Amino acid sequence: MKLTRRLFGGAAMAAALMTGSVAQAQDPVRIALVVKALGIGFFEAAAKGAEEAAAELGNVEVIYTGPTDTTAEGQIEVINALIAQQVDAIAVSANDTDALVPALKKAMQRGISVISWDSGVAPEGRQLHLNPSSNPLIGNMIIKLAADELPEGGKVAVLSATTTSTNQNIWIEEMNKVLGNYEGIEVVGTVYGDDLADKSYREATGLMQTYPDLDAIIAPTSVGIVAAARAVEDAGKVGEVNVTGLGLPSEMAGAIESGASKSFAIWNPIDLGYSATMLAYQLATDAAEAEPGAEIPMGRMGTLTLDENTEGAMADPFVYDESNIDEFKGIF
Amino acid sequence: MSLLKSREALLGGAILLLLALIASRFPGFVAPDNLARVFTDTSPLLILALGQTVVILTRCIDLSVAANLALTGMVCAMLNAALPGVPVVVILLLAVTLGAVMGMVNGLLVWKLSIPSIVVTLGTMTIYRGIIFLISDGAWVNAHEMSAAFTGFPRAQIAGLPVLAWFGILAAAAMVLMINRTPLGRAFYAVGGNPHAAVYTGISVGRTQFWAFTLSGALAGLCGYLWVARYAVAYVDIAGGFELEVVAACVIGGISIAGGAGTILGTILGALFLGIVKNALPVIDISPFWQMAISGTAIIVAVTLNSRNARAKGRIILRKAQEQTEGATA
Repeated sequence: MKLTRRLFGGAAMAAALMTGSVAQAQDPVRIALVVKALGIGFFEAAAKGAEEAAAELGNVEVIYTGPTDTTAEGQIEVINALIAQQVDAIAVSANDTDALVPALKKAMQRGISVISWDSGVAPEGRQLHLNPSSNPLIGNMIIKLAADELPEGGKVAVLSATTTSTNQNIWIEEMNKVLGNYEGIEVVGTVYGDDLADKSYREATGLMQTYPDLDAIIAPTSVGIVAAARAVEDAGKVGEVNVTGLGLPSEMAGAIESGASKSFAIWNPIDLGYSATMLAYQLATDAAEAEPGAEIPMGRMGTLTLDENTEGAMADPFVYDESNIDEFKGIF
Repeated sequence: MSLLKSREALLGGAILLLLALIASRFPGFVAPDNLARVFTDTSPLLILALGQTVVILTRCIDLSVAANLALTGMVCAMLNAALPGVPVVVILLLAVTLGAVMGMVNGLLVWKLSIPSIVVTLGTMTIYRGIIFLISDGAWVNAHEMSAAFTGFPRAQIAGLPVLAWFGILAAAAMVLMINRTPLGRAFYAVGGNPHAAVYTGISVGRTQFWAFTLSGALAGLCGYLWVARYAVAYVDIAGGFELEVVAACVIGGISIAGGAGTILGTILGALFLGIVKNALPVIDISPFWQMAISGTAIIVAVTLNSRNARAKGRIILRKAQEQTEGATA
């Protein structure tokens, strides 16, 4: 497969490439991790995960690269440079769904395996896309985080973004679907903070007043979860009301420290970089084929099952609590 | 004067009625503790509305207050994150100064270039927000990066009320004094009421408007620090759209958009009215889908009541003038 793809590149290069391919067994597999921009904590952490995967696989060289600002043009330049370098695989977190497609198509024509991760590329521009998680997994995780702290059951309320936020509405819907699995947990209401710090704060305060015996506030939005934690601290209800949901470690470190939030979740960039590298390796070495329904192993993260759009979800959102917050708060 | 008094009395009555209505559904709302909390929550709105009142009195409008607040807040937060040792007093002074400078930019453009204030402040609003993005790179300043003194100051209790509430009370008291007892305070009314007459009495319209914007900016800057410290987070979009609430508080309070009419007491009541509505809606179990509609209706009802009061006065003048012209032609 590799050989035929390489031949595609041009007859003039064929002889050289054939010898190159024969030597491939000893040469390391070169996987380029292309990120939205260099210098972003989230992606630096992903690169760390990629190095971990490379060390585990042994015969892999990771090239961590990206533009200096988050533009599609910058990424296209980087991708063209990688094509010229004849890397074996490109794993990209795209700044634009469509703009990268022509460059990535060219890469695939030259026999380079292409996957997207985190932020996807249109299907024709990649072989598979790795989502950090999926809506059902997120919906389940946010209620699980609240329920885990309430073994006896209890009342929880949801603080969402706006009434029309698509992501939040889907996650809350998925949460309600699995609510039956958590015995004794009652969702008493959903309020909307419009992703404004002051309105979210007021709504959280209102929830604590309306339901004096409230046990947890679930906020699947980064502005809301921070504001709710602040409201709980100011109301003197730390320990009574647990704030949980989706947030970033850097933003939530204060709330974990004060005890207003026991735990929260978001994707783990290290795992994401690790999985992307594993998947790219599988495709580059022809050990796996990216087609709907395929199950591709990704080391310690299990297997990725591709849907009809050749997309897959990596895992449950990663849980952050006082045991690991210090490690991650400097990362993203 | 009796007309103005009755307008404030009407609004005061509306607030009491509102409180009674809320108490019938959620009695805990009118507990003294909670009312103090609501007042504290309303203080930033009140302080900004006081500044906005002065600007509106001079026939201008300041749409950049929320952006000014956000930029000052971000600067304070970044300073605190970088140098946690800087005392809160210095940060407060910096906030007021920075806010005043941004207000002066508005004021100078309105004064020296005679650009309509709505255009000037619409522009500076976007510019200030843009600057936040430039200095912060879009990143947040988070609770754990701020010092305890920085976030603790607005919520420190003095005589049972948090400092944030005291700032609201002090600002209101100072503004009442300034408006009623200083030449500048009277000049705001003169400039808004009749700019031509003001010029003949030796008041510079542009200079008065400049000071109005400076005052509004300084108060917005003060709120910038208080806001960021209260919510313990600073990012580009804080207080997004808040300028409209500020203008609404003034309008509900009976400050005429045409300038020159309205009282500080009206603004205070207007801000309290909005603050009570905003704090009550989450606890009285009304669908979030209705909340915005209810807030909007409250504004329109209040303004209608105000304008009905004002209209009676205008009609009489017109009728007299009409009779006179009719008499002259006949």
